[in-house]
Amino acid sequence: MALTTEEQSQKTGILSGPVERDLPNWFREQQHAAWQKFESIPCPTRKDQPWRFSNVGLLDLGPFKIPGQLSEDDRKNILKYSIGLDQFAARMIFANDQLVERTIVSDDLKKRGVIFQPLERAMVEHADLFRKYFMSTEATLGSAKFAALHQALVSNGTFLFVPRGIEIQQPIEIFHWLRHDNMSIFPHLLLVTDELAKVTVIEHFRSCDRNAPGFACGVNDLIAGPGAKINYVCAQEWSSNAIALQMNSTTVDHDALAMSLNLNLGSRYSRFESLSRLIAEGARSDLLAVGVATNEQEFDARTLQDHISPHTASDLLFKNALDDKARCTFGGLIRVEPHAHFTDAYQKVRNLLLSDDSEANSMPGLEILADNVRCTHGATSGQINEDEMFYLRSRGIPTKAAQRLIVSGFLNEVIQRLDQPAIGEYLQSLIDRKFAAN
Amino acid sequence: MKPETKAVDIDRNKGDFHYKVDYAKDAGSGLSEKTIQYISDAKDDPDWVREFRLRGLKTFLEKPLPTHWASKDLEAIDFDKIRYYLASGDAAKRTWEEVPEDIKRTFERLGIPEQERKFLAGVEAQFDSEAVYSNIKKAVGEQGVIFVGSTEGLKHHPEIFRKWFGKVIPIADNKFSALNAAVFSGGSFIYVPPGVKVKHPLQAYFRINAENFGQFERTLIIADEGSEVTYMEGCTAPKFETTTLHSAVVELVALKGAKIQYITVQNWSANVFNLVTKRGLAHEDSEIKWIDCNIGSRLTMKYPGVVLKGRKSRGEVLSIALAGNGQHQDTGAKMIHAADETTSNIISKSISVGTGRATYRGLVHVPKHLKHCKNNTECDALLINATSRTDTYPAITVRGTGNAVQHEASVSQVSAEQIFYMQQRGLSEAQAMSLSVNGFVNDLVRQFPMEYSVELKRLIELEMEGSVG
Repeated sequence: MALTTEEQSQKTGILSGPVERDLPNWFREQQHAAWQKFESIPCPTRKDQPWRFSNVGLLDLGPFKIPGQLSEDDRKNILKYSIGLDQFAARMIFANDQLVERTIVSDDLKKRGVIFQPLERAMVEHADLFRKYFMSTEATLGSAKFAALHQALVSNGTFLFVPRGIEIQQPIEIFHWLRHDNMSIFPHLLLVTDELAKVTVIEHFRSCDRNAPGFACGVNDLIAGPGAKINYVCAQEWSSNAIALQMNSTTVDHDALAMSLNLNLGSRYSRFESLSRLIAEGARSDLLAVGVATNEQEFDARTLQDHISPHTASDLLFKNALDDKARCTFGGLIRVEPHAHFTDAYQKVRNLLLSDDSEANSMPGLEILADNVRCTHGATSGQINEDEMFYLRSRGIPTKAAQRLIVSGFLNEVIQRLDQPAIGEYLQSLIDRKFAAN
Repeated sequence: MKPETKAVDIDRNKGDFHYKVDYAKDAGSGLSEKTIQYISDAKDDPDWVREFRLRGLKTFLEKPLPTHWASKDLEAIDFDKIRYYLASGDAAKRTWEEVPEDIKRTFERLGIPEQERKFLAGVEAQFDSEAVYSNIKKAVGEQGVIFVGSTEGLKHHPEIFRKWFGKVIPIADNKFSALNAAVFSGGSFIYVPPGVKVKHPLQAYFRINAENFGQFERTLIIADEGSEVTYMEGCTAPKFETTTLHSAVVELVALKGAKIQYITVQNWSANVFNLVTKRGLAHEDSEIKWIDCNIGSRLTMKYPGVVLKGRKSRGEVLSIALAGNGQHQDTGAKMIHAADETTSNIISKSISVGTGRATYRGLVHVPKHLKHCKNNTECDALLINATSRTDTYPAITVRGTGNAVQHEASVSQVSAEQIFYMQQRGLSEAQAMSLSVNGFVNDLVRQFPMEYSVELKRLIELEMEGSVG
């Protein structure tokens, strides 16, 4: 991408602690407390069960800095390249944690109470809602240290509140860009839906320079109120030298439905932690993920489907295609709490190994503390079926193209599950682009 | 189904008795270098064994308890209270007549001599630290099969024994394998010469009689090229208020084309910590099969494994676990693929009753540049009561193309429709439940030798009794 470079005015390492910013006092206090917590928790090692198989050596935060102000040229260029879906209800664009553009939701939605604001404004204007839900769930999947780091250094992000019964037809789009070498960002999405509300959000994680080193440490709080429906999609395309940690927490209430899809294409190391809490009867959570890992990329996913209430359902489907020296790790757990009877939980992980040096680690787990449940999981790792290859080749399709077709078909099953044709097509185009670049 | 449960432990009564025995050799309570020297002196160990034990002790003391992943219940073991060596000081006898009366009646009550007459090719009976009886049918012995205690094995057959001893499971494999290395006593040494197929199973029976005792048997089985052998072990202990520790190490070596089948029916009383390391090394074209059935103990941690070292070798683990009130059966399997065209199969079925907890922990490893390796893992868990618990923690690593690995697990309860159907036909709810549970494990139980499968079905039936009502 042809962005003009401008020297950074200010370069503070992220390990020097919270930066003084014009934010409410109570929030500043939380940040300082979080920093203490970050410093007190030891760095993860591979011997820690939640980091088993992870390449923890890549988590050296030393080189990463708090970004300074963006230049006007940067802003202009970022705006120009922030192209996602053709149609959207509203969008926010951040680069190096600075707001570059915000389009507002329609007057009609605004009148009916939809709030779509940058985090720094929401924490002032909607402090009650904000304080109730902002990072209200502990990060329990291994990254407590990095969640604390996020809280200590978060400076911006998106706050979206959808009131009772409101349905936002078009998706809301959010862009987060990493600009310049060794910058760090701390994206945050706080999404709260009230009863029977419906919304789709898509986040785009991108780097301006395809190979620039960088660090992204994001947290999302997704709250589905009773009967609400949330679709959350994330297209992760960080630069090939970026280190990314993303910790998502989803709380699903009575008869609500939360569906998420994470597309992993970029980064050197990307860890995705997803906690789904099904807190009342009828709650359902669908977790989908697709990864295409090449070169030395490493995708590390840790999930917990926590069935707290009886009569809840969850379904997880993760698929990865791995080429070159890529590695992926999946550590997932279905936990059925005592008395959460009539749970219906499913978990499926499939890895397609395309090269001799690729590696897939799967740790699908179950912890069942109630009876009268139906819980199953499956994990497979294999390669392209020779017969399928032969069939395509016998019809004159070259090996490389045939392989691509089969991999696309393999991954497309997950995207289909989203049942959102426009988004599906967009995600597929990103996958195709990665194949073409390879 | 009512959430309250009372699992009746009727089956345990069979082993729940003990006689007062005077031990000539007693290493006392607690573990120190002195204990090791005492055991080595008592057993008249060669120097290399003494040194092996001391290395084991050092490693044991260095390693922390694996509570970062395993049950915190391990902290309840008081290593200073355990008695590490107790024996009468006599060598194992070849006929039951020679076995001292007070010990013989224990085994008679457990039915071992009777079973030997009926269907076994050889029997070894271990009473606390040492084997008291060891015999092999004449015809089998004439084929060159060696079946002796580990002490006798290391003294009289050092040329085969030393070659493999501690090679499949190194001292530092884990804290409890190190403990076993330090204080091991008893267990079997078996060598089957090339081409010999031992028709009937060889059996070892492990009995703990003394309170606060730790049993640390060490078994080494070597099946030479093209040979076949089946080994069965059973175990019981009386129920004491205090904890008892059983920490065995079992090493199997299947040379080219050999087949080893190792069957365990573990029915320790509910005060026993059963922490066992079991692993087999499979050479080209060979097959190692673990059939593992865990019904007793307070906490069992046991993950039989196979290192598939030779081309086309095959490993299998069939596991049944029944976790009753207060029990935790933490079992599983490890399959390490280290050669092309190796295949492995893991089938695990567990039943949790009352407050019982059954855990499956698995490891499947397929490193890169191997071709045509296959693994199949199936874990099914059945939950009987609302307070029952089950967990599954597999870890699967696959590198490269050309290999296929699949893992599947399910958790369910006995379907209300099934129970209703059977009750409608005049069975009581308990009978229906028992039938249903037996159906759940039936395809695995059928793989056990006849005598064991009947016994096993009866055990499960009794254990289930009173869990509904």
